[in-house]
Amino acid sequence: MTEIASSYPPASIANPHPPVSAGRVFVALLSRDLRVARRELPFFLIRTIMQPLLFVVVFGYLLPKMGFTQQGYQAALLPGILALSLMLSSAQSVTLPMVTEFGWTKEIEDRLLAPISIDLVAIEKIVNAMIQGIIAALVVLPLARLVMGPVAGFTFSHVPDLLLVVILSAAAASAFGLLLGVLISPQQIGFMFSLIITPMIFFGCAYYPWRGLDVVPWLKYAVLINPLVYISEGLRASLTPSMPHMPFLAIVTALIVLTAGFTWAALVRFRIRALG
Amino acid sequence: MSETVALEGLDLVVNEGEFFGLIGPNGAGKTTTIGMLTTRVIPTGGVAHVAGADVVRQSVTVRQRIGVVPQRPNPDRSLDAWENLIYHAAYFGVSRKEAARRAMVLMERLEIADKARMKVDQLSGGQQQRLMIARALIHEPTILFLDEPTVGLDPNARNSLWEILRDLHRQGRTIVMTTHYMPEADELSDRIALIDRGRLLALDTPENLKKQTSDGSLETFFIARSGRRSDT
Repeated sequence: MTEIASSYPPASIANPHPPVSAGRVFVALLSRDLRVARRELPFFLIRTIMQPLLFVVVFGYLLPKMGFTQQGYQAALLPGILALSLMLSSAQSVTLPMVTEFGWTKEIEDRLLAPISIDLVAIEKIVNAMIQGIIAALVVLPLARLVMGPVAGFTFSHVPDLLLVVILSAAAASAFGLLLGVLISPQQIGFMFSLIITPMIFFGCAYYPWRGLDVVPWLKYAVLINPLVYISEGLRASLTPSMPHMPFLAIVTALIVLTAGFTWAALVRFRIRALG
Repeated sequence: MSETVALEGLDLVVNEGEFFGLIGPNGAGKTTTIGMLTTRVIPTGGVAHVAGADVVRQSVTVRQRIGVVPQRPNPDRSLDAWENLIYHAAYFGVSRKEAARRAMVLMERLEIADKARMKVDQLSGGQQQRLMIARALIHEPTILFLDEPTVGLDPNARNSLWEILRDLHRQGRTIVMTTHYMPEADELSDRIALIDRGRLLALDTPENLKKQTSDGSLETFFIARSGRRSDT
């Protein structure tokens, strides 16, 4: 159809640069996102800490002190709060920027013009969100532990399990966040929080263990579509293993399947948005 | 379901080192053409090569060799003006030190050096457009695509941009520019393609196109061939 300057390079200007490696471009994209995150650190910390901290104060400190919760609730709550922080921070780190940048400003354009495949631009967004989600969990854990005081059954004796769960959870949440970010328009953000995020939080087994839903069997199985369930249960399995939790293998399998599914769907949609 | 065909049978070759003007009324397919050539729109049919590389199968190679100035400024609003240039250069493998040197030269040339540390939202439309030009040039592309680059610029800024484009052309860069401002196409282009409704209506030097009209005006030629004024 169309051809431009087919004999390349033109003799009259300097030889073009050698091809830059995808890895180098990927690192440059990541360093841009981390630069923006560093600049917004105070907002990031407030966004990350406020909700879990308030919840811990009320449900992990005040209610137990008043005698309204049973012994052991704190052990179920602490991993759930961490799961919530990890999930929300990962997802928010990618969803809102994607909605804005693909929205009317089209400011993602300069990254889409970078000499790297469009898929890797999307994967970089997931990696950046994973880093931010893991940092959020690392900030919230000591704070929550400090407010709650000693938590029965809390242990760091399952570090390899914990690392695996944290990385897989961050990946699943970040891929989910990217999928939301490329699916919804700026006008639908309110809708997203009301109809997707809020039900996910309340039915994500963050505030109660999944086994506790034995009392409502249909709900116990309905919540299995919610990725937060596996993050909460995974952190319970690795931080408070003596408490009831899903089988570890089932948790890991579910997180891998969800990460793969969300990533695939997000990449398909990202390509459509990018190559409109 | 009906399908809109943005481009149909558009067959043209732009020579290396050429300043190529693409003119046509709104909806003619100019931006779609630029979108395809810059790998940002996937054509449903046909082939296009830029600097010897296929825009679909070798899109990464094409992106390595081109610079793009969009119709509407789309700077990275999370970064300041300076960072917009430094990070864009980094995406193309330019070292930080070299990127800083080039950014300084470009910003001074484009008269936005005093805005370097400003958030891009604080820049005027014209300043943002100049930042887009600096961004398109910082990785020293061989081919420069400009989509209506002077829309919204005042006459001084427009003249200043024309000077810069002439310089880039003199350096041997291939430049493809869309515009519906006829004096701009006339002033800068070696050759001009007139397209409308996705079809090529005419392709020649500005002088030859003007010769085809009674008053020697590109505007008259445009109206006669497209049936519309250039500002519609």
